[in-house]
Amino acid sequence: MNKITSTAALLLSMGIALPAAAQEDTIKVGILHSLSGTMAISESTLKDELLMLIEQQNENGGLLGKQLEPVVMDPASDWSLYAEQARDMLTGDDRVDVIFGNWTSASRKAVLPVVEEENGLLFYPVQYEGEESSENIFYTGAAPNQQAIPAVDYLMSQGVERWALLGTDYVYPRTTNKILEAYLKDHGVADDDIMVNYTPFGFSNWQSIVSEVKDFGSQGKKTAVVSTINGDANVPFYTELSNQGISASDIPVVAFSVGEQELSGIDTGPLVGHMAAWNYFMSVDSDANYDFIDNWVEYTGDDMAVTNDPMEAHYIGFNMWLEAVREAGTTDVDAVKDSIIGVTVPNLSGGSSAMMPNHHITKPVMIGEIQDDGQFSVVWETSGNVAGDAWSDYLPESQDLISDWRAPLRCGKLNVDTMTCEDGAGAE
Amino acid sequence: MTPTHATNVRPEGMTGPQAGLGFRHCLTVVAALLVWLAIVSPVQAEVTPQRAQALLQALDTDDFDAKAEAAQAIAASDAAQKTRWLEALLDGRLGRERRGERFYIITDDSGREWPIIDAITFEEAGTGSRRSVDAFRINNALRTQLQGLIASLSLDEGDEATRLEAAKRLIGEVDAQSVDTVAAQLDDEESPAVRAELETALALYRVEQGDAAALETLRGNLDTRVRNSLATIAAGDAPIAAEAGETLAGIESKRAWYERGQTLFFGLSAGSVLVLAAIGLAITFGVMGVINMAHGELIMMGAYTTWMIQQLLPGQPGLALLLAIPGGFLVAAAFGILIERSVIRFLKGRPLETLLATFGISLILQQLVRTVFSPLNRRVASPDWLQGAWQINEALSLTLNRLGVLLFCLVVFAALWALMRYTRLGLEVRAVTQNRAMARSMGVRAARVDMLTFGLGAGVAGLAGVALSQITNVGPNLGQSYIVDSFLVVVFGGVGNLWGTLVAGMSLGVINQVLQPWVGAVLAKVIVLIGVILFIQKRPQGLFAPKGRTS
Repeated sequence: MNKITSTAALLLSMGIALPAAAQEDTIKVGILHSLSGTMAISESTLKDELLMLIEQQNENGGLLGKQLEPVVMDPASDWSLYAEQARDMLTGDDRVDVIFGNWTSASRKAVLPVVEEENGLLFYPVQYEGEESSENIFYTGAAPNQQAIPAVDYLMSQGVERWALLGTDYVYPRTTNKILEAYLKDHGVADDDIMVNYTPFGFSNWQSIVSEVKDFGSQGKKTAVVSTINGDANVPFYTELSNQGISASDIPVVAFSVGEQELSGIDTGPLVGHMAAWNYFMSVDSDANYDFIDNWVEYTGDDMAVTNDPMEAHYIGFNMWLEAVREAGTTDVDAVKDSIIGVTVPNLSGGSSAMMPNHHITKPVMIGEIQDDGQFSVVWETSGNVAGDAWSDYLPESQDLISDWRAPLRCGKLNVDTMTCEDGAGAE
Repeated sequence: MTPTHATNVRPEGMTGPQAGLGFRHCLTVVAALLVWLAIVSPVQAEVTPQRAQALLQALDTDDFDAKAEAAQAIAASDAAQKTRWLEALLDGRLGRERRGERFYIITDDSGREWPIIDAITFEEAGTGSRRSVDAFRINNALRTQLQGLIASLSLDEGDEATRLEAAKRLIGEVDAQSVDTVAAQLDDEESPAVRAELETALALYRVEQGDAAALETLRGNLDTRVRNSLATIAAGDAPIAAEAGETLAGIESKRAWYERGQTLFFGLSAGSVLVLAAIGLAITFGVMGVINMAHGELIMMGAYTTWMIQQLLPGQPGLALLLAIPGGFLVAAAFGILIERSVIRFLKGRPLETLLATFGISLILQQLVRTVFSPLNRRVASPDWLQGAWQINEALSLTLNRLGVLLFCLVVFAALWALMRYTRLGLEVRAVTQNRAMARSMGVRAARVDMLTFGLGAGVAGLAGVALSQITNVGPNLGQSYIVDSFLVVVFGGVGNLWGTLVAGMSLGVINQVLQPWVGAVLAKVIVLIGVILFIQKRPQGLFAPKGRTS
């Protein structure tokens, strides 16, 4: 109430009505990324990126004739705080029209019931384990079939026969490794040739595990490490690898959570040749990418600023949302949910990405090798885009499931075998 | 002879028309080339610019097989620039003008505008960027091949290290074609180290051919390729299978001993980290009885000091690290004294409030670091003498950064122990701890002793930070990950006893590392925690109880 009266007083005193009124009427964009705590290392960059994208969009005339207004909150790497703040964003004074946010799967799982209950929109930009589909969440990061499976295919083509699956102990690595184990066994890899190991968040005492991997890899078969190690535990892991003299030509490591950002904390000289699988690398050769990097460097004022895959995912997600709102002519959540399916926008690798009915997007998959300047050099790439698959085809419990949020089906968990819908509006 | 080896990487560059050649042969060829080059000094002539252009042109392809052939062609050509080309290609600095015909070498690829030179004439060509120069990409297989090519090109007469490297590569790679060349090489070779490798390579070949006498040479050899080959033979039905199995058993038991030694080292080094982190706490908590939840952040201060000193001394990580030892101590001690003077001394005798207040301080310090330095981790470089490993033999190697931390830990412990035992401050600290009132009445200024003791404990935490900067991330959360472990060690070791901290830290480290390969890192930690809890139930005073009367 106070706000309105003070605005009214301001109008009277200044005698200019229109610009101030336009100022009041903005489209609010929620940014839900941790700016403190353990995840701040990865997430704070995404907040800055979104602020840049919003600023650019406002310079270009905003959206539907209105300006975009960022609403930034800091869930402090506390999963339950994510849920609380998402509810604040969706019900509080500045009710947001869309949320861009989250990094870890644990935080997404916490926010999911909130956005479903309050009917919000969440764009989630990070590669994840799949086995989930929500009517209110758009997954712009990679599903396992857009990252893990192609990476393993590439290594198989390079003659790898023995696999060490190392991961951090939480839902994403455990589910991904479950899918990978099933996939490898389908391809005739014996139980003895698979080693699985989990370590806690922020683990730094890698010596005995790396030594075990070294031993595992010296049994006469070409061995590779598939790493779902998350966060800053990667730095001591790679340091230990190079100290124990394991080079990429002996035992290559392919990582799913190591990007340019993470490498900026490591001397990459001894790591040259180790790999990462993503849908985007900063070194990708395209004008869209070079423009994006130039803007980013200018925005941050840091000549050494890096870009990475989740940033591209937000770039794609943000533009898809803009396009869907324009198409629907409103920011109403239900209208946008319908209009966004099928929306195609340019991505940063020179092609374009489309939103699929299962709320995942299409993207190319790339394998990059680490270079001594902390960048990746792309050594392999899928010939076209790969559509994200919400439910893995390699797990017995989900191989018959699909997700399709288009009317009239509107189902997130449709069993194509029995044609029954197990979750979603279509279930009723 | 068909065993495949972990080190026998078949580059995809060899899967094309040259597939028949195989990587193993390639190595033998490289080895032969080394010998050949030692005799014939290569004559290099200028090639025409057109020819040079054509050689570089062949690299401009997305197909790594074709690229590998192009690199091979360059190495075999007469071009005087070829070594520089291959080196630039290896470093990812050879590239071609986008929408143009010229080839460039990037002389410095840091930053976004690079100085470039013409790849054929080596004339300066201004600057380029990723938009104007398309650098040729290589993959793992091509990288390995380029390293081999460059080694053979830049080799004049092959020093001992190069010959040793080549000889090591030969193990398991000798075949009927190359056996005579290798035998001839062995006859000419004088260096005992290289001879030993060549003998192993030959013996392994002969064993694979069924020569039981050659097994004698392999007895006790720790090379994994020898072990793998013998395992294949022992599992087969060759006449020498039984004898090979015997030799293999000998090798395995020898390796097992070295592995135990390695586990012990891992355990001691993990323990030394715990001891370093905990020993400052052993003073503040153990001796003074202050529950200092900000102890971890004092460790972090030491680590950040190391980073800042390194920023001030670019290019000299070793000197910076040495300077950081007093620097980290002083900075953390100053913070410690500040905390003691401003907060803790007002909360004396109120442990719960101290706990909450210091926890608050720890959060403030973390956020301070985030605001001042950014939430991102900082990269602390390791000097050369702390990188890599001390390779004692094939089965046992000690990583130098861990070894350094272990030694540093022992030195810090010894210094601290001597300080407490032999100096006046140490005497006063012990006096105040044992009986505050009595010490004060004897003329000890207890408040001053409190301040100095807390400063000392904080300073030692800073030293821990300097050491930790070499083995883990330097970031705002550094301290958090060590605070629980530190309390665990101090409580387990016996409050108020430095020896207890040392023994507790080391034994927890060893137990953890022994358990880890069996049950995984998470469960190992759980087991250790449960073990300590049970131990404390049985013996609340910890491993080493403080002597004397308890009131």
